[in-house]
Amino acid sequence: MPETTIHQPVEKPRNPHIENFKNIVKRLKKNKAAMVGGFLILLFVITAFVGPYLVPFSAGEQVLVNKLQGPSAEHWFGTDHLGRDIFSRIIHGMSITLYIGFFSVVIGAIVGVIFGIISGYFGGKIDTLIMRAMDILLAFPGILLALGVVTILGPSLNNVIIAVGVFSVPSFARIVRGSTLSVKELEYIDAVRALGASDFRIIVRHVLPNVFSPIIVQATLRIATAILTAAGLSFLGLGAQPPKPEWGAMLSDGRNYIFDAGHVALFPGLAIVIVVLAFNIFGDGLRDALDPKMKS
Amino acid sequence: MSQNENVLEISDLRTSFFIEGDEIKAVDGVTINVPKGKTVGVVGESGSGKSITSLSIMRLIQHPGEIVEGSISMNGEDLLSKSERQMQQLRGNQISMIFQEPMTSLNPVYTVGEQISEVYRIHQGLSKKEALTKSVEMLELVGIPSPKERIKQYPHELSGGMRQRVMIAIALACNPELLIADEPTTALDVTIQAQILELIKKLQSQLGMSVFLITHDLGVVAETCDYVAVMYAGKIVEYADVHSLFRSPKHPYTVGLMQSLPRHDIDQEELNVIEGNVPKPGNMPDGCRFAPRCPFASDICEKRLPDLDELENGNKVRCWIYSDEWDGKAEVNVVDDYKTAGNQ
Amino acid sequence: MFVFTIRRILQTIPVLLGVTILVFLMMHLVPGDAAQIIAGEAASQQTIEQIRERLGLNDPLPMQYFNFLLNALQGDLGTSIQSGQEVTEEVFSRFWVTLELAFYSMILSVFIGLIAGIISAVRHYTLTDALTMIIALFGLSMPNFWLGLMLMQWFAIELKIFPVSGWGSPEQIVLPVIALGTAGAAIIARMTRSSMLEVISQDYIRTARAKGVKERYVIYKHALKNALIPVVTVIGLEFGTLLTGAVLTETVFSINGLGRYIVESIQARDFPAVQGSVLVVAVIFIIVNLLVDISYRFLNKRIDLN
Repeated sequence: MPETTIHQPVEKPRNPHIENFKNIVKRLKKNKAAMVGGFLILLFVITAFVGPYLVPFSAGEQVLVNKLQGPSAEHWFGTDHLGRDIFSRIIHGMSITLYIGFFSVVIGAIVGVIFGIISGYFGGKIDTLIMRAMDILLAFPGILLALGVVTILGPSLNNVIIAVGVFSVPSFARIVRGSTLSVKELEYIDAVRALGASDFRIIVRHVLPNVFSPIIVQATLRIATAILTAAGLSFLGLGAQPPKPEWGAMLSDGRNYIFDAGHVALFPGLAIVIVVLAFNIFGDGLRDALDPKMKS
Repeated sequence: MSQNENVLEISDLRTSFFIEGDEIKAVDGVTINVPKGKTVGVVGESGSGKSITSLSIMRLIQHPGEIVEGSISMNGEDLLSKSERQMQQLRGNQISMIFQEPMTSLNPVYTVGEQISEVYRIHQGLSKKEALTKSVEMLELVGIPSPKERIKQYPHELSGGMRQRVMIAIALACNPELLIADEPTTALDVTIQAQILELIKKLQSQLGMSVFLITHDLGVVAETCDYVAVMYAGKIVEYADVHSLFRSPKHPYTVGLMQSLPRHDIDQEELNVIEGNVPKPGNMPDGCRFAPRCPFASDICEKRLPDLDELENGNKVRCWIYSDEWDGKAEVNVVDDYKTAGNQ
Repeated sequence: MFVFTIRRILQTIPVLLGVTILVFLMMHLVPGDAAQIIAGEAASQQTIEQIRERLGLNDPLPMQYFNFLLNALQGDLGTSIQSGQEVTEEVFSRFWVTLELAFYSMILSVFIGLIAGIISAVRHYTLTDALTMIIALFGLSMPNFWLGLMLMQWFAIELKIFPVSGWGSPEQIVLPVIALGTAGAAIIARMTRSSMLEVISQDYIRTARAKGVKERYVIYKHALKNALIPVVTVIGLEFGTLLTGAVLTETVFSINGLGRYIVESIQARDFPAVQGSVLVVAVIFIIVNLLVDISYRFLNKRIDLN
């Protein structure tokens, strides 16, 4: 339908920095799913900070006589094999999950963005070198790379963050490189250069703001993947160690008691699904709002 | 003009798009007939609704668009009351259509031969082999050299002009009564444009079909059309036979379009363009839709929408200047005064 | 096309070399003395020295890498510390199970994903579309090990329809394959849908409709063939994800595959085993992607609209 869009005003060449931001917020507000996702994430963050003070039990409080009880008025999600309140542990674990998701992606994003910008902006040999290195990292599919890193560093919560961070680097580097290449082609970058701006200044003032949108979208979606990967590592006993109320580790406990008490595995898993879902919905919405062309 | 002379009769067609609760009226009450064997052109800027009109005839308006009102009939049969199945039997058979973008209008994963034969197989139930033989004949008819080799090629192996010829071959395969051509030459080089128009004209007289030609190019109209409808913002503003239209255009918009054509017979310092833009659908003027851009606009133009009135010679115009209610300057010569009127 | 294939194969070589270097370094980056770890806590200095000599750990690093590469090319990935068996043998004895698991999951993902994606695209703007996409989003957000546990609890423990664990019989295959294939199905469904929607809005689809082609054929003949092309790449990437996703699924269902072998080796700090199995998975993934890339290029040859 070629003519349906014709009635729209012709788009003016826009100042990519300010105008974009207003548009993004406007478009994001229109996307109901994204608003729901964003609201949920906000709720989770608040829960992570405030929740532990509100729940009836501490993360480690054991009442062995009450072990493996099903959901009840006192223990909403039941108790685990040590008689700990699963609901309270999930709420306590919220901060761990968000912490892993956030910091692993921040590490991956910072390293990936630096690589991507250098690669895209300078091109040539350094571009080939970086991109080959990224290809090598990408040759380790799924959680294999994270497994490798954990093998070297040993199992712990912080090592999981590093492992998942490393695992996120190539995706950021690739996206940022692509965006940098297209920004570099813009005429106004030539103009800025002609005015004598240094490479560093051009990158910080002109390239970075323009690659900001894809980075944010990628980061949001990556948090979802990071949470899943980290939970998987903990489930395998290679991440957060007991008695930390990490959801993946809780699931690992749940697996041992699956014959007697299915609820032990049910609720931590549901918690993971909901948090990951929220980030995925929000990321999808952001992508639609920031850059409709970027649909994967 | 008696009824049975018309292949196609469109009356009061309204096609709208429903986007986020708003109704965008792309075609807003269009009435137009296509006489047998003749070429009717529809001219207008982008956004005038001319392409939507043609897709409405084919009943190919996709969501969120919808034909809201009106009637379209072909040889007396109402197209709007036909089932999708019945329409499928008509499309490509009795009514065919060619599009503006030959580069993207052919399916990249099928050969030229497969795409032409498909029409024969659907509408005439021919076998693969018979259909291919017919396809070769058709390619020959539209002037493609060595058609036997060409049918094995994929669209990306052909030039734009060649692809448009293939599109024409597809459209004319079943000898349709009506060909709808939506800007068939816009995307092509000037020399190729002339060839394609020539081809359409030649095949029209050979096959005796009627043509409904959508274009924004008055030059194309002058060369090919018998009758012309000028569309503006979803409505027809002028309808005339091609000679009257060029000899004495009535609507100021038509005049504006003509004066924006580059002329070879006089020295021109600059091209005249119609100032302003086609109004946005959410922001339609209450009165005449062209009034904000019209150099003659007076009070009545801004308040009330004029009707499409018939003139003495049977042509039609939607403009207050020709009505008894006209409240502007007494003697208006739209052609001569066009340039000066706006400056007063 | 031939030139492209050759060039693409040549491009893979540095990546393969890089992967071997990375995997090789992995073992040397591990804190502590590898020989000490292999010999165990109580070993005498002499034993450690022997092991070091035997593994060539006294050689300069590039020399060690060269030997490692040479051995790997000959199919020798060293000896497992845990079992004392050849790593190559252990890896390949378990490899087929994982490949089977990944393969069946792939079939499930592609089958469900394509159908759901096509239906969703064809029913665009309807409840069916919205529901399908919500389900896909859930599928994407679910950890496969949790889904595995839940399936196990409902269908194996409560309803006793399927066995709880193991691999081999048709009944044993069902639950792990669903657990592992769901996320892939969701990804393929989303990809197919967006690809179909893009194709459906193309000019040549309008041409097909204008020719009088029945809507069913417009979708399945004219649109699908074009829409599938980008989906092929996703399927290639998905295969790698499935290979490693098996790590978790195999653990949940106690399947004796390569994934579980990797995890057990990591837990036991059996570095030669980790090194060997990670290398094998990475190499297979590279080869699969090479094949996908070449076939994508082949499919895409005619698509080049410029």
